[in-house]
Amino acid sequence: MNELLGKIPTILMLVSPILITATGGMICERSGVVNIALEGLMVFGAFAAATVHFFLEPVMGAQSIWIALTAGALFGMLFSLIHAFAAISLNADQTVSGTGINLLATGVTIFLSQILFRMDRTRQFRLGMMPGPGGIYPTAFIALAVIALTWFMLYKRPFGLRLRACGENPHAAASVGVNVRNMRYTAVLLSGILAGLAGGCLVLTTNTQFNSTTVNGHGFIALAVVSFGRWKPLGITGASLLFGTALAFSIIATDFTLLRSLPTEIFNIMPYAITLLTLVIFSGKDYAPRSAGKPYEKGAS
Amino acid sequence: MTSDGALSVLVVLLGFLCGTILIVIVGRNPAGMYKAILQVLTGYNLDRNRFYIRYVGEWLAQSMPFILCGLSMGFAARCGLFNIGGEGQYVVGLTVAQFVAILGPQIPGVHWFAALLLAVLAGAFWGAIVGFLKAKYQVSEVVATIMLNYIALYASRILVMRIPGTNTYRTPSFPETALLRSSVLEKLTGGSMLNLGIIFVFLAVLVYWFIMEKTRTGFALRATGFNKEAARASGIPVIRSIILSMAIAGAFAGLAGGIVALGSFRFGRVLAGNDGYGFAGIAVALVGNSTAFGTMLSGLLFGMLASAQPLMESNRIPKEITFIIQGLVVVFIAVRTGIRIFIRYSQRKKVVQEVVDHE
Repeated sequence: MNELLGKIPTILMLVSPILITATGGMICERSGVVNIALEGLMVFGAFAAATVHFFLEPVMGAQSIWIALTAGALFGMLFSLIHAFAAISLNADQTVSGTGINLLATGVTIFLSQILFRMDRTRQFRLGMMPGPGGIYPTAFIALAVIALTWFMLYKRPFGLRLRACGENPHAAASVGVNVRNMRYTAVLLSGILAGLAGGCLVLTTNTQFNSTTVNGHGFIALAVVSFGRWKPLGITGASLLFGTALAFSIIATDFTLLRSLPTEIFNIMPYAITLLTLVIFSGKDYAPRSAGKPYEKGAS
Repeated sequence: MTSDGALSVLVVLLGFLCGTILIVIVGRNPAGMYKAILQVLTGYNLDRNRFYIRYVGEWLAQSMPFILCGLSMGFAARCGLFNIGGEGQYVVGLTVAQFVAILGPQIPGVHWFAALLLAVLAGAFWGAIVGFLKAKYQVSEVVATIMLNYIALYASRILVMRIPGTNTYRTPSFPETALLRSSVLEKLTGGSMLNLGIIFVFLAVLVYWFIMEKTRTGFALRATGFNKEAARASGIPVIRSIILSMAIAGAFAGLAGGIVALGSFRFGRVLAGNDGYGFAGIAVALVGNSTAFGTMLSGLLFGMLASAQPLMESNRIPKEITFIIQGLVVVFIAVRTGIRIFIRYSQRKKVVQEVVDHE
């Protein structure tokens, strides 16, 4: 048991980026825009954070972490703007434009690494984020703050009510004076900020540089978390904990005699298999926001 | 400007334009990119003033998985489904082909054919799961395919590592009878990787065209894609259509996996990550407008970009520019659909305005 308690920092380290990204995905889908670009946006965030940290660390020391995370969030936001513009202003197919951003992400980040560092990844920074008391990284507290604040904004403020209305029935929302376009833009940009921030958290806690495998499917796991958590803050928190733990076990399973004989890939498969299974089991009821994925045309219908 | 083909050409040109501008911005010479492309297309090296026919062969060989994964995405798209699962179906096909290559009977002519056939069937099975979940349980095919991609990748690792004599990245070498090598094609193209797979790629394009345009099944699939309710009302078995179209889509991707496994490698791989053909297939089908011929052309375009990468590197152009061009093309296509809706919308508005004025 003690052995397991000792792994909690590792688990939280892996849960945090997933939870932060999934929160962004949830906000986005609750406003009615499907965002499968989460993976790509995390890649952009991770690249920006690793790069900024590499350049500022010699000047500022450990404090540059915070500027790096801000840079990650901003870079994520910048590219989510493409998705927002295509999906909201031009009524584009949201899956297609999301796929476009995912394809762009690896291309643009590695291209920039080639230009800046003359290699296919960023240079290594000296120290990443340092764990606080109990070996727990600050990213866990960032994730906690993000999800708590999101819950408060979505369910306790008029802003959240309006945002959720845009995802359920945009025409009804528009009829009572909500600006659907602005709400959806805000939501997509927020998801870009959060995915970028999460990418930064991921690279600064689990790695010493950014390369093409840094993000490696975390964004898609976050997408699964949103469905599995049924588009609710508490649900996605639980789902993130579950999936993050499964991921952590793919790394730490060798420390447990009981699990050593299993291939570690079993734990990699778990989040995806569980999601698929629950989607089938709970298929009768539809928990998804009703208008998610549908473009909103003013005055139509 | 309204025909699909013309729009695709425009979108690709825009992608190249942005790529060229980007190269200029970072202070490199874009001529390096175009020299590389010319050499891939014709084998002609401008700097040395010599023809190397091998590059054309490599180009065709590189294009095979792109064309097939494009057909996979396109086939599902015609039935109104978004198949992001090409990657997983490809991995399943590749894995099965590797197993048959190592464990199958070493009979010349039969061995590799059996491996390809089982790869196709495995891909079809993996696709059919998605179709089944979608038709029976209304599970979104986008989420289901993404999940199955990762399940396929990790399951492939677990299984391939069980093959005797396998280390962390490769299996023992395949026996000669499992390889798709053809001495005729190699001789014709100056020793390139071009192999028997190319025959199956052309067959696949023909089969795609025939099923889609000439058979009752194809009509039912397209009708389901246009309007599910109308198709159901006119007696088309919609559930069967959805499962069938995902199975056929998976078969194309599975074939791609088999061809890459037996044509481009002489040993089985323990995949460390995705090869990316499945994801690129989405872009291929979008550019090709999901028609048989269009997808073949755009597959050749993407294969050209892929095989130009090493040449670009030697011309000091970061090879990632090709990924950027691919991504931009998809973003432009997303916007393109939007622009078309916008044009239609404003035209309708104009008509309404004219009617109002008339009254």
